[in-house]
Amino acid sequence: MTVESVFPRLEALLPHVQKPIQYVGGELNSTVKDWDACDVRWALMYPDAYEVGLPNQGVMILYEVLNEREGVLAERTYSVWPDLEALMREHKVPQFTVDAHRPVKAFDVFGLSFSTELGYTNMLTALDLAGIPLESKDRTDEDPIVLAGGHAAFNPEPIADFLDAAVVGDGEQAVLDMTEIIRAWKAEGRPGGRDEVLLRLARTGGFYVPKFYDVEYLADGRIGRVVPNAPGVPWRVSKHTVMDLDEWPYPKQPLVPLAETVHERMSVEIFRGCTRGCRFCQAGMITRPVRERSITGIGEMVERGLKATGFEEVGLLSLSSADHTEIGDIAKGLADRYTEDKIGLSLPSTRVDAFNIDLANELSRNGRRSGLTFAPEGGSERMRKVINKMVSEEDLIRTVATAYGNGWRQVKLYFMCGLPTETDEDVLQIGEMAKNVIQKGREVTGQNDIRCTVSIGGFVPKPHTPFQWAPQLSAEATDARLAKLRDSIRGDRKYGKNIGYRYHDGKPGIIEGLLSRGDRRVGAVIRAVYEDGGRFDGWREYFSYDRWIACAEKGLAGTGVDVDWYTTRERTYEEVLPWDHLDSGLDKDWLWEDWQDALEEVEVDDCRWTPCFDCGVCPQMDTHIQIGPTGKKMLPLTVVNK
Amino acid sequence: MQRIRLRYTKRGRLRFTSHRDFQRAFERALRRSAVPMAYSAGFTPHPKVSYANAAPTGVASEAEYLEIGLAAVRDPEQLRAQLDESLPNGLDVIDAVEVRTPNFVERLEASEWLVRLDGVEPDEAAGAVARFLAEERVEVERVTKNGVRVFDARGAVAALDVLPPQVDGGADTEAGTDRDVRTGRPCAILRLVVRHATPAVRPDDVLSGLRATADLAPPVPAEVTRLAQGPLDEGTGTVTDPLALDRAAAPAGSEPDAGPRATAPA
Repeated sequence: MTVESVFPRLEALLPHVQKPIQYVGGELNSTVKDWDACDVRWALMYPDAYEVGLPNQGVMILYEVLNEREGVLAERTYSVWPDLEALMREHKVPQFTVDAHRPVKAFDVFGLSFSTELGYTNMLTALDLAGIPLESKDRTDEDPIVLAGGHAAFNPEPIADFLDAAVVGDGEQAVLDMTEIIRAWKAEGRPGGRDEVLLRLARTGGFYVPKFYDVEYLADGRIGRVVPNAPGVPWRVSKHTVMDLDEWPYPKQPLVPLAETVHERMSVEIFRGCTRGCRFCQAGMITRPVRERSITGIGEMVERGLKATGFEEVGLLSLSSADHTEIGDIAKGLADRYTEDKIGLSLPSTRVDAFNIDLANELSRNGRRSGLTFAPEGGSERMRKVINKMVSEEDLIRTVATAYGNGWRQVKLYFMCGLPTETDEDVLQIGEMAKNVIQKGREVTGQNDIRCTVSIGGFVPKPHTPFQWAPQLSAEATDARLAKLRDSIRGDRKYGKNIGYRYHDGKPGIIEGLLSRGDRRVGAVIRAVYEDGGRFDGWREYFSYDRWIACAEKGLAGTGVDVDWYTTRERTYEEVLPWDHLDSGLDKDWLWEDWQDALEEVEVDDCRWTPCFDCGVCPQMDTHIQIGPTGKKMLPLTVVNK
Repeated sequence: MQRIRLRYTKRGRLRFTSHRDFQRAFERALRRSAVPMAYSAGFTPHPKVSYANAAPTGVASEAEYLEIGLAAVRDPEQLRAQLDESLPNGLDVIDAVEVRTPNFVERLEASEWLVRLDGVEPDEAAGAVARFLAEERVEVERVTKNGVRVFDARGAVAALDVLPPQVDGGADTEAGTDRDVRTGRPCAILRLVVRHATPAVRPDDVLSGLRATADLAPPVPAEVTRLAQGPLDEGTGTVTDPLALDRAAAPAGSEPDAGPRATAPA
C-alpha cells in the first residue's frame, strides 16, 4: 500500500515557522526509494533539531548502509521546533520524514540515535506527533518497532517503557541483521504478531527487548535482580562491534543540507575506540577495542566525499585523533593533496601529549589557523591521576610554548568540575594552569596580548565506566566551586584580563546524571516532564531544572528513591546496577579495581603500547586491537580540470 | 578575470531556501563542479561571487541574478549547464552571459511578481485592485528589526491586474468557472510590477495595501513568485531582460571560446 506524502499539508504551515528550509528535505545526496519496491522500511531519527541532527555521523552512516540494500528503505526525521509542533497538532499533520515526507507511523522500524540522554523528551514528542502510543505495552501491529541506539542506549532503562528494543554498540551490521529478521517474519505473514518478531530479535542476544526482562527491587529501593521472562531470552545482551573499518567506508556520499547546520565538513572517522583509559569517559570505555581505518582508506573516503559534497573542510574524527599511528602522514598527505583547493583540515580531539607542531602546521597550512584546544580535564596533577588522564603540566607548557613560537596566539583548555575526590584546591589549580600558559606565551613571544580560555563542564558519572559507582557532586557544591575559581581568575591583576572563563551551572548536570544512571522508575519522570511541556532539554533556553525536579517528585513518589539517590549517592560493589545486563564487554571486577585505583591515584597505561591489562572486552566480544602502521603513503591525486 | 552573470531560480519546495542558504549551496556547487573561481585576496580568501537583490525566504523566483569571477576563461553556456547539474533540483541555473557592461544592479529597476491568492474570488480581487490603484498613496506598516515602519506601498506599483483564471500545470480550469483545478476552490492570481525603490516595496506590502484599502483578506498565505526583474518599460508596464545588454555587446567572432551566446548577432 503506497503511503501518501504529508508535504502538501505541511507546506501550508511552513510560511508561519522559523527556518522552514529544515523541513523540506531535498538535500544533496539524499535518497528517496520506491515505497512499494521495499519490504523493510526504516525511519531514522536524531532526536534534536535538524541543524544538530543532520550532520550526525551515526544516522548518516546507517541511512546509507540501509538504502544501499535492495528492498530496504531508510528515511530521516528530526525534532520539529515548538512553533511547528503547535501547528502540526492544530492541523493534524503527523511526524514526517524529510526525505519523502511520509508519516513515521507507516514504517516498520522507528530507530532513534541517542548521543545524549537529553533527547529523551524529544522522543516522546515525536512518538506522540507520529500517533504512536508512548509506551511499548500500548502498541499494536500497526505501529513500528521503536528502537534506540547510540551511546545513551548502553543504559536504556530510563526509557525502557517507551522502547520496543535497543541495540548497543556499532550499528552498521546490527541494522542489517535486524532487517533480515523483520523481512523473514513479514514474508512468513507476520506469525505471532509484534511479540514474535521482538522475541526473535531478543533471542539473538544482540537486541535488548525490555519487555522480556523483569526488574525486581529490594526493600531499600536498590535493584534485586533483572530476570528474563520469556523462553530463550538470554540473561545478558551483547554489544555489537564492527571489525575492519576499511570494509565500512561510510558515509560515502555525505548529506549536504541547504539549511545551516552545526558541522559542515567532510568528516571521516579515522579510528573507532580508545584505550587511553580516562576513567570519566564513557565513549572510551564502551567503544573498545581501537580499530584504525588505514591511511589509504582514509585518503579514498576524503577524495570521494569532497567530490560528492563540495565541502571546504575535512574533519578527521575519532576519540583522540592525534593517536592514529599514521596521523602525521595522513595530515601531510591531505594537506599536500588539497593545497590548491584551499581545503582546511581539522582534528577535533587532540591530546596534549600526542600533539606536535609539525602536525599542527600541516593542519593549518591550507587556510585558517584557529586557536589550539586541549583538554587536560583536571586542574591538578593529583586530579589527573585520579581520572587517568596522564598529561603533565610540563607537557602542556612545553606544547603551548612551541605553539606560541610558531605563531599561535590563543589556547583553549577544557576541564571538568565535580570529579571524584575533587577539592576546591584541585579546581583552583585550573586558574593557575591558565596563568602559567599565558606567562609562557608572553615569554616566548615577547608580547602581552596572549589569550587563554578555560571552559569547564560539570562531571556526570556514566554507566560502564569506573566512575559508575561514584557520587555526583551536587549542583550547589559545583556552583560554589566554580564561583571560587571565577573569583580567583577575575581577581588576578597580572593575568585575569587575558583569561576567558566559560562554565555552565551545575543544574543540567544533575538531570543528565539522573537520566544516565537511572533505572526504569525514571521513565515516569521523563513522561511527566514531556507532558508538562518539556522539550529540547539540551538547549539552555528550553531546559527547565525546576520542571524536572517537580516532575521527579511526582514521578518517583512511592518508590522510596529520589533524585539524590540516583545522583549524589555512592554505590557499593554488591549493588546490581540497572545496566548490568547490557554487556559492553568490560569486566565489572576490572571496572571496580580501576575505581579503587582511581581513589588511590594509581594510573593505568594504554594497552596499545603496553601489555593487556584485562579490561575484558577483547576476549568477551571476540575482538582485537587493529592498528597500524601500514607503512603505506597517501598518494597525491591528479586533479581534474586543472 | 572573466566575469559571468547568471540567472537562477528558486522553485517548488526550495522556495523556502533563505538567501544565506542559497549562498552556501552555490559556493559548494562551484567546488563540486570544479569551476576555476577567482578568489579574493586576504587572510581568508573567498570565491568572487556577488548577488543582486535576492527574493525573500518563502517566495519562489524565476529571476534571481548573480555574478561570478573566474580565474580562467570558460564558455558561459557550458558553465551554466555544469552549475545547474551541481545544484539541487529547484535551484536551477537558466541563463548565463559574459559580463560586457557595467552597472548591472542599477539595471534591475523593477520586478514582476505573480501572487496566487487561494480562497479569494477573482471578482473580489479585481474590485480590491481597482480601489488600490485609484489611490495616490496607500500607507502600510511593516514590522522590522527597528520597530514598526510606515510607508507608501502605492507609488512603487507600476502595474497590478488580475489574471484570467489559473492554468495550472498545463491543465485548464473548468471552462466558465473561477475554480482552481488543484483545489476546486476559488483562486485569484495577481500580476504585480513594482519598482525597486527605497524603502523596498514587497508583494506582501502591496497585499497589506489591498487589505487597507479594500479589506481583501486571503484565508491562506499568498504564494508568491518573482517572474522577472530588470529594466522597466514604463509605457507597457513590463519588465525586460537585464542580460540583453551584455548579449548585445558581444563582439561577433572575437571570442577565444566562442560559444553559442558569444556569436549571437548584436
